[in-house]
Amino acid sequence: MNKKSLIVFSTLFLLIAFAGGAYLYKKSEKERLTFLAHKDFSVFVPEHAPRMGDKNAKIYLIEFLDPECESCRMMYPYVKDMMSAYQGKIQLVIRYAPFHGNSKFAVKILEASRKQGKYWETLEIMFRYQPQWGDHHHPRPELLWTLLPQVGLDVEQIKKDMNDPAIEALIEHDIRDLQTLEVRRTPSFFVDGLPLERFGPQHLRDLIDSVLNSQQ
Amino acid sequence: MYLSPSISNIVRMSDSSKNLGWNIIFSAWLIALIASLGSLFFSEVMLFPPCVFCWYQRICMYPLVFIFLAGLFPLDRNVVKYSLPLAGIGWLISIYHNLLSFGIIPESAAPCVQGVSCATVYIKWLGFITIPILSFTAFSMIIALLIFLKRKIPNE
Repeated sequence: MNKKSLIVFSTLFLLIAFAGGAYLYKKSEKERLTFLAHKDFSVFVPEHAPRMGDKNAKIYLIEFLDPECESCRMMYPYVKDMMSAYQGKIQLVIRYAPFHGNSKFAVKILEASRKQGKYWETLEIMFRYQPQWGDHHHPRPELLWTLLPQVGLDVEQIKKDMNDPAIEALIEHDIRDLQTLEVRRTPSFFVDGLPLERFGPQHLRDLIDSVLNSQQ
Repeated sequence: MYLSPSISNIVRMSDSSKNLGWNIIFSAWLIALIASLGSLFFSEVMLFPPCVFCWYQRICMYPLVFIFLAGLFPLDRNVVKYSLPLAGIGWLISIYHNLLSFGIIPESAAPCVQGVSCATVYIKWLGFITIPILSFTAFSMIIALLIFLKRKIPNE
């Protein structure tokens, strides 16, 4: 074999091995997740997780998010639109993937706001002002305190509730599940047990459609 | 006629040392390419977030693919001069990274960015092959090949 074709052949061989390996890996991951979904669906949707949408909806849209993550902020309006577009058909389930420095702090406040019935309002205000409090170079999580009254939260009560060991346990539970599901990026979406493979609002809509169609 | 130093080297090399030299650089290129694609597989397909040390090692490994390739056409012994510093720095970083991942150096002593810990062990093939071990092996093999090339085909 001449030297140039040896190089071309080696490069092609390795690139094909890469693509083939990627295909096989994704396939086995999908199978593993489907298996997990059949075996124990609570790893996707545990009792404690906050939900939005019709309780009788058969399909779950599970989102692993982090209040401090920019892409979660970017995706949130699309997710909200989808919830109204697919009203009655899907339920949104929020799981936590606290990957940033102040994520746990924000999640604790968020969970404490549930007791005051202001969960979604709090999540929205955290996303809206995220560039201020959650800037990765100069995070100022203390700014959250000034934002909470805007949605009518009792800040003193939040400060008491957020240290409830049950909230800590809930976060640990979500971290265990995200390790089981091998979630490494936020936001990570699953529709029932199926992972969103290509990121983006349109891909998410397509995945929901395909799951809806397969169940009809 | 003017000959650049690298060209004059080529002219003086015998056919057998030319072949040996080509095979050595080719092997080094292959190792660098496999290591580069492998690291991309871990981060882009398996979605392991690369820690800072992984990035520093990548900085040293990725260019080697192109440097070795350039050294093969035409065969240029001087490729050692350009690639050895990169391989050496990568090798040193990989040693430090291994010490971290084996817990010999405590993690608190390591400058890791938030979120991604350099001591996290993502894979453990056969019970001991971790990503830093793979990196160390690749850099070591490349360095061994380059030193071998330097000794076998001296600059005349």
